[in-house]
Amino acid sequence: MTRPIVRLFALFTILFAVLVGFTAKWTVFDAKNLRDNPLNKRVLLEELQIDRGTIFAQNGTVLAKSVKGVGKSWKREYPMGDLFAQTIGWSYPARGIPDTGTELFRRDALLGKSDALSAAFGQINGHKKIGNGLKTWLDPEAQRVAMRDLQQAAAQDGTGHGGAVVAMDPRTGAVKVMASIPSFAPSDLNAARTSTGSPLLNRVTQGQYPPGSTFKVVTAVAAIDSGKYTPESLVDGSNGQPFSGVPLNNDDNGDYPNVNLTDALTFSVNTAWANVATSLGRDTMTTYMRRFGFDRKPELDYPADQMLPSGARVKGTIVPPTDFNVDLGRLGIGQDKLTVTPIQMMEVAAAVANKGVLMQPRIGDKILDPDGQTLRRIVAEKQSRVMKPSTAASVNQMMQRVVDEGTGTAASLQGIQVAGKTGTAQIDPAANVTQPWFIAFAPANNPTIAIAVTLERSQGGFGGTVAAPIARDVLEVLLRQAGSTG
Amino acid sequence: MKARNRELFALIPASLLLAGGFAAVFIQSKSKISSLSLSYGAIFLGLCLAGHIVVRLTVPDADPYMFPLVAVLASIGLVMIYRINTDLALQQAQWFVIGLILFAATLVFLRDYRKLERYRYTIAAVSLGLLLLPRVPGIGQQVNGAYLGVRLPGGVVFQPTEFAKIGIVIFLASYLRDTRQVLVQGGHKILGLNIPRLKHLGPLLLIWGAAMFMLIFIRDLGSSLMFFGGFLAVLYVATGKVSYPFVGLLLFSLGAWFLGTHVGHVHDRVDAWLNPFDPVLYNRTGGSYQLAQSLFAQGDGGVLGKGLGEGMITTPSGGALVPAPQTDLIYAVIVDDLGLTGACGVIACYLLFVARGFKAATMARDSFSTLLAAGLTSVFALQVFVIVGGVTKVIPLTGVTLPFISYGGSSMVANFVLLALLLLVSDRARRPA
Repeated sequence: MTRPIVRLFALFTILFAVLVGFTAKWTVFDAKNLRDNPLNKRVLLEELQIDRGTIFAQNGTVLAKSVKGVGKSWKREYPMGDLFAQTIGWSYPARGIPDTGTELFRRDALLGKSDALSAAFGQINGHKKIGNGLKTWLDPEAQRVAMRDLQQAAAQDGTGHGGAVVAMDPRTGAVKVMASIPSFAPSDLNAARTSTGSPLLNRVTQGQYPPGSTFKVVTAVAAIDSGKYTPESLVDGSNGQPFSGVPLNNDDNGDYPNVNLTDALTFSVNTAWANVATSLGRDTMTTYMRRFGFDRKPELDYPADQMLPSGARVKGTIVPPTDFNVDLGRLGIGQDKLTVTPIQMMEVAAAVANKGVLMQPRIGDKILDPDGQTLRRIVAEKQSRVMKPSTAASVNQMMQRVVDEGTGTAASLQGIQVAGKTGTAQIDPAANVTQPWFIAFAPANNPTIAIAVTLERSQGGFGGTVAAPIARDVLEVLLRQAGSTG
Repeated sequence: MKARNRELFALIPASLLLAGGFAAVFIQSKSKISSLSLSYGAIFLGLCLAGHIVVRLTVPDADPYMFPLVAVLASIGLVMIYRINTDLALQQAQWFVIGLILFAATLVFLRDYRKLERYRYTIAAVSLGLLLLPRVPGIGQQVNGAYLGVRLPGGVVFQPTEFAKIGIVIFLASYLRDTRQVLVQGGHKILGLNIPRLKHLGPLLLIWGAAMFMLIFIRDLGSSLMFFGGFLAVLYVATGKVSYPFVGLLLFSLGAWFLGTHVGHVHDRVDAWLNPFDPVLYNRTGGSYQLAQSLFAQGDGGVLGKGLGEGMITTPSGGALVPAPQTDLIYAVIVDDLGLTGACGVIACYLLFVARGFKAATMARDSFSTLLAAGLTSVFALQVFVIVGGVTKVIPLTGVTLPFISYGGSSMVANFVLLALLLLVSDRARRPA
């Protein structure tokens, strides 16, 4: 009876091998499919058990932290409330809603999954339930001033519409202020979802506004950097010149038959800049807009879904100025089909401020380990060289004139030279609804802050009267801090 | 080294495994090493030593590896159950002690196990009676549609199938010892096949009928497969003819197909097996939730596992996630914690045990002993295959225990009796003439 027994043993060996084979199938070959299965809540439940890392402002203020929830779970709290609501976003895995904002962009680091080495170590020792922290460049004090000013401006207007302020260090791309109103309390998303004014929208990265005259800075850079013009070049700024067959007027119908570029910027002469853009041509304008970052999403450390590109839009899609649908003259003064995000216009100012080099804007400064020690610095990266240093110096001078004696005098600061450009886009001329803008940087001779301010659907407000004072207040706070820290 | 000394030394790693396992669970749950884990290891070693001494005195020539292999499996079981639920682990430890006592009692009182042959029909009748107990109104208990448990006074649930499997193998071994010759030589020849006389075939048909009966009345595919597979294995060893198990398997498949398509809850099990991730089946009571959770847990385990106590069996807030983690799905919890590596270790332990069981069968000097050892080993191996196969989606998932590892008194005690019988056979076979 030995032979049947040996065969029987062979059969059971095969059956057991099948068991091992199937176990291998589930643990190794199909493991990813199993984890991705929508019925599998384990990934989510694991995340609930991770003490997600704290998010700090540059001065150490806690912007997001994890607190003990039910059982072994953790939940997120945002001590600053609505101050950085859109910028930081939220993480509420228990509610089954996706993360947003910085919480989403830095998700892996915050959950402690950032580097392969510690993940492998965690696999071995089995303990990797504490995430890494994130120190941002954000400045709560300046942010608070920006929010206060925005809200005051909106309230004064009686419109209660939205607005945005964004400021960064042009030398490093460190984003210090990213304010968008109306804001919301991250603790009450239901209220935010149902309230009017789209508070969940981050207007800094998702706002789509006509830039108005602030765009003349782009045209000025293209004009001087291409070598076709100097700040002293004379152009025709007569009122009522036709572009694309339609007469174009200057503000207050001002007539500047022979004006140099510096004065044309100082007094924001529409027809002069429309002439410059037209003579530069579609290709040159396209080249310079792209160097500034137009036509694509900002290169910010922020979820792509929460950012929009800036540029000329035809039927909702971005087209380059080479497209025949674009009225080149009006594009050159920020009109026609052009819509932009506030962060894009801030980048225009930043590129001029940083001697022609645009740095990638970034919210994150460094990743901290659970003990608060620096694990990894988020290094400053150059986005593009937009213009020659000499061009930047010329445009810098021109923008200083705007604040000294032009449309942007409301932004001038005691003892600090500010360079800027106003903009007032007509949204609904019949109802006198405007989009006031101000972009600036300071100190002009060695800029440490670039800023953009805008307000939605203002009741006849101008960039110089509504937006420039906000920029001044925020710059004042940021520059005072820079002065005090070194 | 003498056989018994080899056994003695082999018990040490089993105890260390237990102590190490408890230490790991302590570290995981309380972030500190407690000397308690060493105490548990020492107590476990002490119990094993007591068992070893009984073995030494009663069956000195028995196989030296089976008892340590069982000790390893039991220590894995105790650690896993402790990691799932500390209270259950305490109860399981008590069952382990009771199992050891019955193990010792079997060795002492059944030294001449061949006298069991005298009572073969009684044993057969009692075993079949045990199988029907769960259907007796008032004490029988239905779980997920299957009738497998009997509720005893005091709230203890007794699983008669665990004991019935041993009784039926004893009967088969004894009966086939007598009739194997006639079954091989046969009576009539029909279509070139030897067909034995009905009076020899009768009891076998009765067994087949009983298996079908079980399928219908207990309504459990898994335990039926275990019984019927064990029956076919003994039949095959006795006759050496492949045609018997072949025809038997065909008949069983017919029965299983009929049940799978006609009996509601068996049909549900088959459906759940084929489509565990179907959202409708997943959310249905008695649907595929259990199998899906088993597979999700294994998917999380990976090659090395998450570490003892690290696998997720409850939600962070303490809600239920993996159903029946200490019984039906304990293999999935092992895979989650210890990974494919740990699973291979467990399967290897079972395969080694099966190999030693069959070794004892081949060495036995009389047919009854051979058939008994081969039958008990086959039933044991089939039980492992049925539950692990169910948990890993090789076959539909049914509720039998993973021997020596799953939580459960009946299983622990019955399998210790099974071990004692195998050691008795082995001792007689290896005894110097």
